[in-house]
Amino acid sequence: MPEATETPTPMVKAERVRKHFGRVEVLKGVDLEVMPRTVMCVVGPSGSGKSTFLRCINHLEQISGGRLWVDGELVGYRQRGGKLYELKEKEVAQHRRDIGMVFQRFNLFPHMTALGNVVEAPVQVRGANRADARRRGLELLERVGLGERCDMYPSQLSGGQQQRVAIARALAMDPKLMLFDEPTSALDPELVGEVLDVMRGLAEAGMTMIVVTHEMGFAREVGDQLVFMDDGVVVEAGNPRDVINSPQHERTQAFLSKVL
Amino acid sequence: MSATSTDDEAAAEIRAVPVRHPGRWVASALVVLLSAMFVHMLVTNEAFQWGFIRDNAFSAPVLSGAKNTLILTVLAMVIGVALGIVLAVMRLSPNPVLSGGAWIYVWFFRAVPRVVLLILFGNLGVLYAQYDLGVPFDRQIADLFGLSLDGRFLSVDANTILTAFVAALLGLALSEAAYMAEIVRAGISSIDEGQTEAAQALGMSRGRLMRRIVLPQAMRVIVPPTGNETIAMVKDTALVAFVPYYELFFQLQAIGSRTFQLFPMLVAACLWYLAITSVLMVGQHFLERRFSRGTRRSTDRGNRRALLANRTKAPENGSEDA
Ligand SMILES: Nc1ncnc2c1ncn2[C@@H]1O[C@H](COP(=O)(O)OP(=O)(O)OP(=O)(O)O)[C@@H](O)[C@H]1O
Ligand SMILES: [Mg+2]
Repeated sequence: MPEATETPTPMVKAERVRKHFGRVEVLKGVDLEVMPRTVMCVVGPSGSGKSTFLRCINHLEQISGGRLWVDGELVGYRQRGGKLYELKEKEVAQHRRDIGMVFQRFNLFPHMTALGNVVEAPVQVRGANRADARRRGLELLERVGLGERCDMYPSQLSGGQQQRVAIARALAMDPKLMLFDEPTSALDPELVGEVLDVMRGLAEAGMTMIVVTHEMGFAREVGDQLVFMDDGVVVEAGNPRDVINSPQHERTQAFLSKVL
Repeated sequence: MSATSTDDEAAAEIRAVPVRHPGRWVASALVVLLSAMFVHMLVTNEAFQWGFIRDNAFSAPVLSGAKNTLILTVLAMVIGVALGIVLAVMRLSPNPVLSGGAWIYVWFFRAVPRVVLLILFGNLGVLYAQYDLGVPFDRQIADLFGLSLDGRFLSVDANTILTAFVAALLGLALSEAAYMAEIVRAGISSIDEGQTEAAQALGMSRGRLMRRIVLPQAMRVIVPPTGNETIAMVKDTALVAFVPYYELFFQLQAIGSRTFQLFPMLVAACLWYLAITSVLMVGQHFLERRFSRGTRRSTDRGNRRALLANRTKAPENGSEDA
C-alpha cells in the first residue's frame, strides 16, 4: 500500500510493472502515476507494450512483476503479512466494474441494440432495475449524440457511432477510471473528430482517463500528462506541450518526427 | 460504347435486355421429362400398392410408433443440447479436471456406435439388478469398521427405472450430447475474443458472459448443424428397435412382414420421415431467423467498409457504366 499522505491517492500507480508472455518480456519495469481527474495520454511505436499495460490495469492481463494499484488497491492481488494472494475471479470482476474500457475495435455486442449494449452491464452486473437502466442509458446515448439511434444494431451504425456507443456502454457503469486503447485508430479520418469530441467532453467533466492514442493534437490539448513508451519502458513523461515541443530523449524525438 | 452519356440517358432508369440463359431452358425441359416418367412409374407400378399404404400407414400401432419417434427425438435432442452446452463450456474451462472430464466423455460417446450403445443400455439390467441411492461405498466402509450399517435411502429395481423407453432415450441423448458438445464448442470458438474481453472489462463473470454474450452469438453458428443433428436423430430413433423399443419404423416393418407387403410399408416409412423432417425444417428456419438478429447487415468490418465505400462511389460508377 502506498503510504497515506496529505496528497490524494493516485487513481493509478505503477511501480516497476513487468509483464512477459512466455520468454518475451513486453513490459520491463513501467513506473507512472495518474492523479484523479487528470488525463494521461500514452504514445509510442507499435509493439511497445501500450495495450498490454492498459490491459494490466483492469487485470485482463496479469502482471508478472512490480506493483500496480488502482485507487489505492492492488490490482489482482491482496497483500497480507508480506505475502501476495491472488484474488478470486469474482473479486477481480468486482474491481473491473469501476474501470471503463474502450477498445480499438469497439467490441460492441452485435446481437443487442445500441441501448441494449448500454443497459446490459448495469442490469446484469450491478443488478439495476431495467427501467431505470434504460432511462440512464438513453441519457448517456443522448450525451454521445446518439439518442435517436438507440434502437439500431451495431452493424447498422458507422464506426464513429459504434465507438460512441462503446463509450456510453462503459460510462453506464459509473467508472472512476476510463481506459482508451487507440479509440480512433479503426476509424475513417472524417469520423475521428466526433469520438475525440466526446472524449474531450468527458475530460472536461472531470473523468480520470488513460488514453493510448496517435492523435497528438488531442494529447496536446486534453492531456495533463504525456507518456512516451518504447520497448516496454516509459522513456519520457511530462507536460504534453513540453514533451511534444522539446523532447529530451532521442527515441522520443525520432518517434515524434514520424507522427507529427 | 461511348465513355460519356447524355444527361437524359444517365438520369433515366436502365432498361437493358437481360442476359439469356438457353442452358437453363434445356435443363428444365429435361427435369420435367424425367419427373413425368418418375410419377408415371409411381402411379402405374403395381408394387407400390397405394391403397394398401393408405390403409395401413395410419393404423393405430403406426401412429403410436410415430408418437414414440417424435417423443424420443425431442427429448433426446433437448437433453443432448443441454448436456452438450455444459460439456462444451467445461471443455473450454481453464480447470483441467473439468476440461479433461469433458474430453473423456466426448471421446467415449463418439467412439461407440449408437447401435452398440443402445443394445448396451438395453442390457444394463445385467450390471445390477437393483439401483441404490445413498452414501457411496457404505458397505465397504461398514465392513472396514466391522459394523453392519446401510447407508441407502432409496432402492429401485433395475427394470422399473431402466424401462425400454429410458434405455432408448439415454442411449440416444448421451451419444447426441457428445456431438452437440463439439458443435457448441465450435460455435463458442467462432466468437471474437474481443466480445469476451469487453464483457470482462464490464465486470461480468465467466458464467454470465457465456450466457448473455457468447452463447447467443454462437447460436447462429450452432443452429444449422443442430438442425442436421435433429433430422439425423429422427432417423436414428429407428435404431431403438435394438433395445428393444417400438417406434415408427419398427411398426411399419412389422405390418410389412406380417402381410408380406414389405415394399409398400418401406415407401410409407419414407413418406413419414419426409413429413416429420419437413416440419422440423420449418422450425429450424424460424430459429435461424431468431438468432441472426443484428447480423442482417454484415458485422464484418471489412465488408462494411467496402459497402460504405461502394455507396459513396456509386454515382460515378453508375454514369460510367451507362
Ligand atoms: N497474448 C500475447 N501473447 C504473446 N505476446 C503478446 C501477447 N499480447 C501482446 N504480445 C506482444 O507484446 C508486445 C506488445 O504488444 P502491445 O499490443 O502491448 O503493443 P502496443 O504498444 O499496443 O502496439 P500497437 O500500437 O500496435 O497496438 C508485442 O510484441 C506483442 O506481440
Ligand atoms: Mg495496442
